[in-house]
Amino acid sequence: MKCRKCTISAVINLRQHRLALCREHFNEWFLGHCASTIRKYGMISPGDRMLIAVSGGKDSLGLWDVLTRLGYQVEGLTIQLGIDEGGQYSAKSLECTHKFAKDRGLILHELNIQQEYGESVPQMLQHARAGEDKPCSVCGLVKRHELNRYTMANGFNVLVTGHNLDDEAAVLFTNSLIWNTSQLGRQLPVMEDRGEFAKRIKPFVRFYERETTAYALLNHIDYIEEECPFSTGSRTNHYKTILNGMEDEHPGLKYRYYLSFIENKKAGLLNFAEDRQYVEYLCDQCGQPTNQPGLCAFCRLVGRKI
Amino acid sequence: MVTLKLREKDYTLPGGIPLSQAFKRLGLDMGSHLAVREGEIITEDRVLQDGDVIKLIPVISGGSQ
Ligand code: SF4
Ligand SMILES: [Zn+2]
Ligand SMILES: [Zn+2]
Repeated sequence: MKCRKCTISAVINLRQHRLALCREHFNEWFLGHCASTIRKYGMISPGDRMLIAVSGGKDSLGLWDVLTRLGYQVEGLTIQLGIDEGGQYSAKSLECTHKFAKDRGLILHELNIQQEYGESVPQMLQHARAGEDKPCSVCGLVKRHELNRYTMANGFNVLVTGHNLDDEAAVLFTNSLIWNTSQLGRQLPVMEDRGEFAKRIKPFVRFYERETTAYALLNHIDYIEEECPFSTGSRTNHYKTILNGMEDEHPGLKYRYYLSFIENKKAGLLNFAEDRQYVEYLCDQCGQPTNQPGLCAFCRLVGRKI
Repeated sequence: MVTLKLREKDYTLPGGIPLSQAFKRLGLDMGSHLAVREGEIITEDRVLQDGDVIKLIPVISGGSQ
């Protein structure tokens, strides 16, 4: 297969776009497509102070690289979760992140959950309650809370994350299977600033995961290949595999599934009652938004030490 | 024979088939992996030759949002 733009061999075939590209033209397409996503959804305005959440994986490091190449100044934040069961996941992810930032002279902030709250995420898991009993839901709760807190407390106004189209399609699949209207209402490539919640943007939402992986490989980004030990058998990974099986037979299906959802929402054709733009309560302890009076879910979790 | 390496596992298949066929025979989908031959990512139409060593890179990652 030849590159559509020149005559040399293609390294990747983007079947949903009927586009095969060589390394050079893939890079050019990738930067352009990301820039167009940023414009299309009004993600970044002049004067924004951006903080990107970096895990050491292909998506977050790739995105930091792309934003820098597009001329944006973005500082990084890495959260040490203390996940070291059966390997050195957190330690290795920190190593990749450090190296990436150092090589490019980028500013990296670090937050250590154990130092901050006296417990690592796996320790918190041991006293989690029903509904929080899955590693990823506890970990997700901690990350969401801490990313927002750190962004707000340090003078940033935009939090950037590396979610790709496969991540978003898997979330959409999870939530539409059970018609979780409040979650469906909240799923957008941009979550506007809502007082105590910083604006959140996902500039990689129009890329498939194999494209973000290809970008990292072709640009020699040293990312952590090892997976978090808790991700094996996770529901998200299961749904991603199902969607990829369908995509193999029907190229472009994932792309349309997620992007037409977003387009229809933007056009007002899908209205979810819980599409809330306001915050109901503020946590008594940390002051972050919560949907019930008293303590937020995060403060309840860390308050329940064994 | 062609050797395909995925994480710690090695699979072998006869040469002369395109990469897309190799994926099918191993029960893998193209969306979840990239294939690298001699340091270069290759497209699914490329024919695998006897003696080729192909590294399959899993692309799926992550848990929750
Ligand atoms: S896979 Fe789950 S537990 Fe592991 S880092 Fe991601 S969200 Fe946290
Ligand atoms: Zn080309
Ligand atoms: Zn709180």
